[in-house]
Amino acid sequence: MIGKLDEHLRFNEAALNLRAQRQQLLASNIANADTPNFKARDIDFNKALQGALTKGGSSQAPAPALAKTATVHLSSRNGNAVGDAPLQYRKEQQGNIDGNTVNMDVERNQFTDNAIRYEAGLTLINAQIKKMLSAIQGQ
Amino acid sequence: MSLFNIFNVAGSAMSAQSQRLNVVASNIANADSTTSSTGQAYKAKQVVFQAVPMATPEAAGVKVQQVVEDASPPKMVFDPKHPQADEQGYVAMPNVNVVEEMVNMISASRSYQTNVETMNAAKTLLMKTLALGQ
Repeated sequence: MIGKLDEHLRFNEAALNLRAQRQQLLASNIANADTPNFKARDIDFNKALQGALTKGGSSQAPAPALAKTATVHLSSRNGNAVGDAPLQYRKEQQGNIDGNTVNMDVERNQFTDNAIRYEAGLTLINAQIKKMLSAIQGQ
Repeated sequence: MSLFNIFNVAGSAMSAQSQRLNVVASNIANADSTTSSTGQAYKAKQVVFQAVPMATPEAAGVKVQQVVEDASPPKMVFDPKHPQADEQGYVAMPNVNVVEEMVNMISASRSYQTNVETMNAAKTLLMKTLALGQ
């Protein structure tokens, strides 16, 4: 029974998790708007969500991580990806002389959009929980 | 929890931008300082930002990598009565470009504001997440 409840909420939970990660990605784009040579990054949300759903939680064991002996070493575990979607660089619209590709309008737009969709996800989960509660209580 | 990490990212950007604002204030304040601790005219300073990886690889914060001095030559102003004037009567004035500094100041404060808004948005989302199922 509990497994079924879990199954019921899994889709929205996965979506919410990815939204939160994307929000973080967009926040770091905004934070680095003045950093020379910083390249704005984003993910293909559709692909990431499909990847998160097909993987089915804990059925796949994560690959063992390599030991890092210096802080500059890169992470071995699929470091530059969110879910199954690799991090992609945003296409440059107007070149910047310091090599920075953050376009503040695009980033703010995506940030707000992503926040609203996160809230929509929360509303959906809330509705599911209410539905389950009324089914359990039978009133 | 990646939403918590937004606070670190936006916070690092805010402290970097406020350091930039600090440097701008110092440049504007010293736009007419003909002498300094080195005995030379004040040299304009600029910050260099660097992206630093945070807790997760997809998040990048900001830090001030170094503060560099502007290498352009000082402005030579003819003023023989000035105590710092050389034999030809010229005074070396700081190489601060006040217009550039004002632009820098506006840019830094706008970036700061944007990051405050980012943080506020993350806070709203977190509060709503906490209220889940109530």
